Amino acid sequence: MIGIVYYGAGNIFSLTAALDRLDLGYGMIKKVEDFEKYDRYIIPGVGHAGSAMHMLEDSGLIPSIIALRKPVLGICVGMQLLTVHSEEGDSTLTGIIPLKTKLFSDQLNVKVPHTGWNKVFQTSDNPLFHNILPGTHFYFVHSYFIEFNSTFTIALAEYGIKFSAVIQKDNFYGVQFHPEKSGLAGGQLLKNFANLV
Amino acid sequence: MESTSLQTEVIKSGNDLAKRIIPCLDVKDGRTVKGVNFVALRDAGDPVELTYQYSCQGADELVFLDITATHERRKTMVELVKAVARQVNIPFTIGGGINEIADADLLLNSGADKISVNSAVVRNPEFIDELALAFGKQFVVVAIDTKLINGKNYVHLNGGRIPTQIETEDWVKEAERRGAGEILLTSMDHDGTKGGFDNVLLKKINQSLSIPLIASGGAGKIQDFVDVFTISDVDAALAASVFHYGEILIPDLKEVLQQNNIEVRI
Repeated sequence: MIGIVYYGAGNIFSLTAALDRLDLGYGMIKKVEDFEKYDRYIIPGVGHAGSAMHMLEDSGLIPSIIALRKPVLGICVGMQLLTVHSEEGDSTLTGIIPLKTKLFSDQLNVKVPHTGWNKVFQTSDNPLFHNILPGTHFYFVHSYFIEFNSTFTIALAEYGIKFSAVIQKDNFYGVQFHPEKSGLAGGQLLKNFANLV
Repeated sequence: MESTSLQTEVIKSGNDLAKRIIPCLDVKDGRTVKGVNFVALRDAGDPVELTYQYSCQGADELVFLDITATHERRKTMVELVKAVARQVNIPFTIGGGINEIADADLLLNSGADKISVNSAVVRNPEFIDELALAFGKQFVVVAIDTKLINGKNYVHLNGGRIPTQIETEDWVKEAERRGAGEILLTSMDHDGTKGGFDNVLLKKINQSLSIPLIASGGAGKIQDFVDVFTISDVDAALAASVFHYGEILIPDLKEVLQQNNIEVRI
């Protein structure tokens, strides 16, 4: 059963709707004691990374999140929260994964926000990509991205620059795209997450 | 020297973002307006079933335009958005009569991915700033209806019926500056003609923008989509009747786009 970290950043209706369609059980984590009820966790998030971090701090859940040893999936801004720092509001984040979140700069000559379906290529073998072909399109909508890193990036996408579509460190995973809005492939990824051991 | 070579490498990096195909549905009192003749449909007026069919066909996104005029509007819009979000695994935008932050908040929390605003922000441009601040610019689509008058393009209100003194190119730039995350530009001169998109205007506007542009108005045949992406390089193309009446099937359209080396999601 999936525990969704409920800290107020953005709407989770689409996420819970996707989990319902896939018949994956879930509940909400609002306080520290809720963590033990679940065997894996999703950190959602939309909007401003700095504001999301403040809300997460206010929730008092960060020490418990850092201590988790079961699978954790951060989605979009929820993924960015796992990194050390974001250029969005010059924000210090949880630092669970030693990477930085940066703005798509003018130099890249691409439109921002990066909006739409982009190809995702896995750079390592991971059960999260079970039954998902390299080059499958996923739905992205974001202005900030996590830098590519040969250790922690497990799938990349290209948008003027190679960036991290999926990152992983131990039990912590993050996806920059929205699996809940990414058609059948997104559903497969959520199922794969639910089956991670 | 090192930084120069790094920069070159960055600029040379590819871009795999697909061009988007977006069917648009007019909705009134929770039902789709205009007939839709998909063979597989049990209820052609049910926006949820229609949306599901489109997502199966390979639509990349959907836009709902709510034209309900009654006091029940907000309630029916929320019900529609929730019903669609429950059923559909692709992103969608809802527009029509969003005048307050509270309207947008309710729709986004009900599962809409983006909201589209049109006349309300022409009348009150600061509403764009407020929306971008409250939700982030990626949630804010500014829809613009434009019409050519004496050689110049002017913004029109209320579905193109009321002209304004505002030049379209100026308004597009202002909307971007204020925090629009995307522009949906409908050419009233081309809309309904099925003679192709307004590629000249779209190209000009697209070159001036650093946010995504959705082309709308004039789609009649598959070649029109090839042309709009090839000539104007817009990010997405929106159409209604050619999809609803089955004149163009999305899988066929995408196959032709792909043959023309246009990146699409198949």
